[in-house]
Amino acid sequence: MKHVLQIVILGALDAIAIWVGTSLVVQAHYLMAVLLLIGAAGINYVYLSKRAYPMRYLLPGLIFLFSMVVYPIGYSFYISFTNLSTGHLLNKPQAIEQITGRFYTPSDAPSFSYEAFEDDTGDIALVLYGDDETLLYYQGVLTQIDPSDDRLVDEDGDGKPDRFLSYKVMTLPEIIKGLPTIEGLRIPYDEGTIRLDSLREFKLSSRRYSYNPATDMMRDLQTGTVYPNLEGFYTSDDGDELYPGFKIWMGLKNYLELILNPLVSGPFARVFGWTVIFAGLSVLTTFALGLFLAILLNDPYLKLRRFYRVLVIVPYALPAFISILIWHGLLTNMGLFNHVLLQLFHFSIPWLENAFWAKVSIILVNLWLGYPYMMIVSLGALQSIPGELYEAARVDGATWWQRFSKITLPLLLMPLAPLLIGSFAFNFNNFTLIWLLTEGGPPINARTVAQSTDILLSYAYRLAFQGARGNQFALAAAVSVVIFFIVATISAINFRLTGALEDLSKNV
Amino acid sequence: MYSKHTLIGSIIRHLVVWLFIGFAVFPVLWIFSASINPTNNITAQQLIPRHITWDHYVELFTNPQHPYAIWLWNSIKIATITSLLTVALTALAAYAFSRFRFKGRRSGLLGLLLVQMFPQMLAMVAIYILLLNIGKIAPWMGLNTHPGLIMVYLGGAMGFNTWLMKGYFDTIPRSLEESAKVDGASQFQAFTRIILPLARPILATIFVLSFIGVYSEYILARVLLTDTHQFTLALGLNLFIHGQWGNRWGVFAAGALIGAIPFLIIFAVAQHLLVSGLTRGSVKE
Repeated sequence: MKHVLQIVILGALDAIAIWVGTSLVVQAHYLMAVLLLIGAAGINYVYLSKRAYPMRYLLPGLIFLFSMVVYPIGYSFYISFTNLSTGHLLNKPQAIEQITGRFYTPSDAPSFSYEAFEDDTGDIALVLYGDDETLLYYQGVLTQIDPSDDRLVDEDGDGKPDRFLSYKVMTLPEIIKGLPTIEGLRIPYDEGTIRLDSLREFKLSSRRYSYNPATDMMRDLQTGTVYPNLEGFYTSDDGDELYPGFKIWMGLKNYLELILNPLVSGPFARVFGWTVIFAGLSVLTTFALGLFLAILLNDPYLKLRRFYRVLVIVPYALPAFISILIWHGLLTNMGLFNHVLLQLFHFSIPWLENAFWAKVSIILVNLWLGYPYMMIVSLGALQSIPGELYEAARVDGATWWQRFSKITLPLLLMPLAPLLIGSFAFNFNNFTLIWLLTEGGPPINARTVAQSTDILLSYAYRLAFQGARGNQFALAAAVSVVIFFIVATISAINFRLTGALEDLSKNV
Repeated sequence: MYSKHTLIGSIIRHLVVWLFIGFAVFPVLWIFSASINPTNNITAQQLIPRHITWDHYVELFTNPQHPYAIWLWNSIKIATITSLLTVALTALAAYAFSRFRFKGRRSGLLGLLLVQMFPQMLAMVAIYILLLNIGKIAPWMGLNTHPGLIMVYLGGAMGFNTWLMKGYFDTIPRSLEESAKVDGASQFQAFTRIILPLARPILATIFVLSFIGVYSEYILARVLLTDTHQFTLALGLNLFIHGQWGNRWGVFAAGALIGAIPFLIIFAVAQHLLVSGLTRGSVKE
């Protein structure tokens, strides 16, 4: 019974895979189709073979891990080597198809007077009279007919047909009413299409561009201009670009742009610098305050210390995005802080509007968000330092500062270093804080999308989704790859420091 | 390192502590005061309101300009579904890593850890394009849909969680499953009937960690959700601070406080679950 159920579920999954796979093939996503096929075959193998039994437990998670993490990471790397961006979103064949699908009507194009017929359902048939032929367009098909075809009935004998089968001839007002339909008709004929040119006649339009695969050029048949392929656009000599462009391989160009093009590298370096300073200062300030409070509240002679500990941990109990928005409210122009400053000292501070003060605000808010965590971990570490060390130091006459800097700090830093590095890595990508507090602002200048409190991740986000120049996906991906490598380095240092990998490989 | 305080030293210490308690607590007090203050204006607010009103809470749920209830529901729904599925996926994987010996087990475990080092959000552009394309085939799980977002979150489900859960499974004696199998249970039944009930504390832990993470997640939701009615609370609440922000400060305050409640409830509930050591006394070896 259970096996039947398994087979049924597997069969349903296969059916879905076949359906999706077919749509992928239809839409020419061949790589995706192949990946899907391999994936589906793998799933069938795992759930039908006895040997792959453990994989049955792993597969559900692995599917999501691969499709939503591993594949996107790989795809990000790939995008960073292309020019994927607004105007370059299509593949080359798709772009060529779109461009060569355009028509124009030459001045000497053959023209057709016409009569339109409509039936009760609103379906339209056309009879087109050319110079030396008569054409019938009926149910999507164009055929040559004799003007005296017996399906055309001339009821009033004026020499013009009034009826075609059950279709009645349309008067001019009726044609105007049905114009959206008639205007939209594109009737393939020879190499071109026949379409409505004016109320009275249809004309034969022809393809505007012809594509030459040998030279990879577009030729404008109307003007004779040639458009060679130039970095993902067919571009004429005088710089005219044919839209849409297409995705091409750019090699390292995006990365070189980040380093060499002053318009990009300037803001990039600035954002990079602030990201490091922000993450570094965040760790320093939260750790300093957290440690200070931990030492203060670890004091066995301090009354109420357990009650105090609960109160100072309050920021930890709120979701960060809510706290940040509350702080945004306190720091706005007319918020609490400026209100108090104005009342007491008759001046105010542009907390979020000025580049310097915005950075101060960010550090301040992150201090509020982050010190409880540091305090909790410091408390734990403090309690593991043996008291005899302090006794011995006291006997030797060490001052308070000596005891702190020679005993407490070194012994704390050993267990806490990985957590501090982890905190650095977290803040390095702390998009939520930056975006909800300042949105990266205030702006630097009009020449760059980067803003003065942007960190690398918010800069990448802005390039990809918020820029005035459309979606610069490729450049954003390149910035992301840079972050990837920095985060990887930080993690590697952390692993080395903790010896975590060695431990793990022993224990698994 | 500590010694008895003099009277002055003691007073100074308490003063310093209260200073920082003030720093920790005043934004919360201030926002609570704003939410029950009759004035909706940010500058006119006083810490202790002249009289108390619940109007802002009422407006929060009734004003059609901001579908606050929908955002809250979206967040709770997405976080709950994601966390339940995360627990399920992780438990399955961790069980395999804990109980079976198979080729690629070690490298699989290490690989999980390495993949986890790369924050998923860095691939936001690729994920955006992936969901855009998925949406062309199956619009109900493409961009701007909750199933799509949940799928993306599930990508980050394994990794660290699997390690945590595997460590816990390793501490549950195998003899329990052995005896279940002697009684005729299949491997999978032994897993669902014996191991999972015993592992409830770690399942709860993973659920809570995941819930808290998803509930507060911002950037991926922002990239993938575009329609206001699909927004999570983190996205929706941010809309309050645009436009006439200073004039609906009280409503925002009410929204911020209510938005924190699911977070706190999960904490409280979890604590109860985490404390109960369910393995205790189940076996003697």
